[in-house]
Amino acid sequence: MNVKQHAEAAEEFIRDEARTDWHDETLWFVRDKRDIAVNKLPEWEILRDWASRIKDHTLSNLDHYLKSFEEKAVSNGIIVHWATDAEDHNRIIHKIIADNKIDKIVKSKSMLTEECHLNEYLQSKGIKILDSDLGEYIVQLREETPSHIVLPAIHLKRQDVSETFHEHLNTEKGNYDPQYLAGAARHHLRERFIEADLAITGVNFAIAESGSFVVCTNEGNADMGVHAANIHIACMGIEKLIPKTDHLGVFLRLLARSATGQPITTYSSHFNKPRPGQQMHMVIVDNGRSRQLGRPDFRNSLKCIRCAACFNTCPVYRKSGGHSYHSAVAGPIGSILNPNLDMKANSDLPFASTLCGSCSNVCPVKIDIHQQLWKWRQIIVANGNVEKGKKVGMQGMAWVLSNPQVYRISGKIGRWVMRTFPFMLSNRLNAWYKQREMPRAPEKSFRDWFIENK
Amino acid sequence: MIMSSRETILKAVAMNKPDLTDLPDMDLSMTIQYADCKQQFVDMVEASGGKAFYQNSRQDLLNDLAEVKAEGKFMINLLENPHTEEWKNLKAFELEGLDTCYLRAELGVAESGAMWISEKQMSNRLIPFICQHLVIVLNQADIVNNMHQAYQQIDAAAEGFGVFIAGPSKTADIEQNLVIGAHGARSMRVYLIDNEM
Repeated sequence: MNVKQHAEAAEEFIRDEARTDWHDETLWFVRDKRDIAVNKLPEWEILRDWASRIKDHTLSNLDHYLKSFEEKAVSNGIIVHWATDAEDHNRIIHKIIADNKIDKIVKSKSMLTEECHLNEYLQSKGIKILDSDLGEYIVQLREETPSHIVLPAIHLKRQDVSETFHEHLNTEKGNYDPQYLAGAARHHLRERFIEADLAITGVNFAIAESGSFVVCTNEGNADMGVHAANIHIACMGIEKLIPKTDHLGVFLRLLARSATGQPITTYSSHFNKPRPGQQMHMVIVDNGRSRQLGRPDFRNSLKCIRCAACFNTCPVYRKSGGHSYHSAVAGPIGSILNPNLDMKANSDLPFASTLCGSCSNVCPVKIDIHQQLWKWRQIIVANGNVEKGKKVGMQGMAWVLSNPQVYRISGKIGRWVMRTFPFMLSNRLNAWYKQREMPRAPEKSFRDWFIENK
Repeated sequence: MIMSSRETILKAVAMNKPDLTDLPDMDLSMTIQYADCKQQFVDMVEASGGKAFYQNSRQDLLNDLAEVKAEGKFMINLLENPHTEEWKNLKAFELEGLDTCYLRAELGVAESGAMWISEKQMSNRLIPFICQHLVIVLNQADIVNNMHQAYQQIDAAAEGFGVFIAGPSKTADIEQNLVIGAHGARSMRVYLIDNEM
C-alpha cells in the first residue's frame, strides 16, 4: 500500500480553501471551549502537576501496578488477557468471539482497537463489528477512518453525513438537520444494541488497587452495549493504569475539560465486577509501549490520556486534517507515538509541526510534546529516514550559517536574485514558496545598515 | 522455553522502567470550594442539558410521578425500593420500551453537576441508560464541591458497577452541533430534596 506522506496528503486537504478554513475554525472553537472551562478552576496548574507526577510514578513502577491490577481484577471475576502486540490482541478477541459463536458485536470508541486494526482483522475472518459512537459510525459507513481521537468525524460536514445516512439509513434526502440525523442513527443503533451478544470498549483509566476500570462517554453507547450484551471485552494499553481510586478525581477533572470544555463527560462508568451471568474480559496490550518506556527522551508520551487538546490547538493539525497523519492517533501526540511503532513509515510525522509548543502548553499531563518532536527529528535524520532534498538543503544551510563570510555573500546574492529574478525562488520546485507570497527583498542587510548608521 | 505474553510484557516493563519517583502529596484544600454549592450544582445540571428542581421539589416530584403514570407509559420507580427483584433480570429487549425511570443518587458534585449512582440504586445496570427519560432524586446535603471530595465519600469499588451521570446523553459529532439524546436518555430531571422522604 502506498501511504501518502503528511505534506502530500495535507496538500490535497487544503485544496478546498473554504473547507480548510471551516475545519480550522471548528477545532479552534473546541480549543476555546477548553480555555473557558480551564479558566474556571484556579487550581488547574496544580491538577496538571499532580496528574503528571501520578503518571510518572505509575510508569516508574508499572510492572508492580500491572500485577496488582490483574490480581484484583481476577478476584473480581474479570478474565484478564495479555497481548504483546496488535496481532496478539486481535487473535485473543477473535478467539473469544469464535469460542462463544458470536455474530452480533457492537464497539464503543477505542483508539487501541484502531491502532491494532481490529475491524479489518475480524472482517478478514468474516466478522463484522458495528462502531456505535456516532462519529465512528458515520466514518465506518463511509469506509473511512476517524480523523480525530475524540471527534472522529470532524473532517465531515453535515451535508456529507446527510448523504451517507440517506444512502445507508434511508433518511430524507437533503435534510441536513443534525438533530434529525443523530435521531436517525439513535433509532437504528438502538436495535443493534438490543440484539448485541458482545460489546467491545476501550478503557480510560484502570485502577491498580481495586482491579476496576473506568470508561467515559457522552453518548452512553459504551453502557448501552455492555449492559445489553452477555460478553464485555475491554481493551487497554498498559499505560492506562493509575494507582488509586482517589487519583480518578484528578484525571476525570482534567479529561473532559481538556477534550471538549465540559466539566465531565455525561457518563463516567466504573466497572468492578461482571453482572451475574455476564463474561467480562480485559485485554492488556503492550504493542510497543514497553519499548517506548525504555526511551528516556520519549517515555513521557505514555502519560497521554487521549484528550486531543494538542490536536485542537495545533495549527498544523487544524490546517491539514487528521487523515494526513495516516495513523490511528493523529495530531502532535500521534507524531511522537507513531515513530515508536514504525519509525520508517512515520518518519514524516515529527516534521508535521511548527514546534510552536502550544501542544505542550495545553497537555493536561504535561507531556513535553514539542521537545519530543524535535528529538525524533534528530533520530530520524541520523537514521537516514529523511527525504534527500531536505537533507541536502539542511546540510547546505548549516554550512552557510556556520561561515560568516559565506553567509554575508550569500545574503547579498540572495537579495539581488529575489529583487531581480523573483521567479527563480518562487517556483514549483521550491516547497517553501507553495501558497506563499514572496516578500520584497530589502536593499541591504541589517548588518550593512548598522555599520553605516552606528 | 517460550515466555507467555504476560511474562514478556512484565519483563520488558521491569527492564525499561525509569527509577522510582514519588506520588505527589495532594493538598486538597487547594481545590475549588463554592460559596453556594447547591446553586453551583443546579447551574451545572442545567449546563449539562438537565433540568433541576429545588424549590417545592417534593411536591414537584409527586406531580411528576403522577403525570408520567397518567400517561400510561412504561415507567420504573426505584425511589422507594431499589432492591426489588422485579427488574433485575430483565433483558434489553424487555426494557426497550422503558419511558421514564426514577432513581436516587448517593452524591452530587457541584463543579460538574455529576451524580454518583451505584448498582444497588439502579436494580439493573441497563435501566439508567436505556430509559428515554431519567429522573434522579438527590439529597441536598449530599452535594460536595468537587471530584476529590466525591471519591472520599463514595466507595467506588464497593459494588459491581457504578456511574457518575451528568445530564442526558449527548453528541456533537455532526459539525460540533450539540444534540441532546444520543444513545442514552433523551432528557434528565433532577429533584433536590432537603431530607429523607
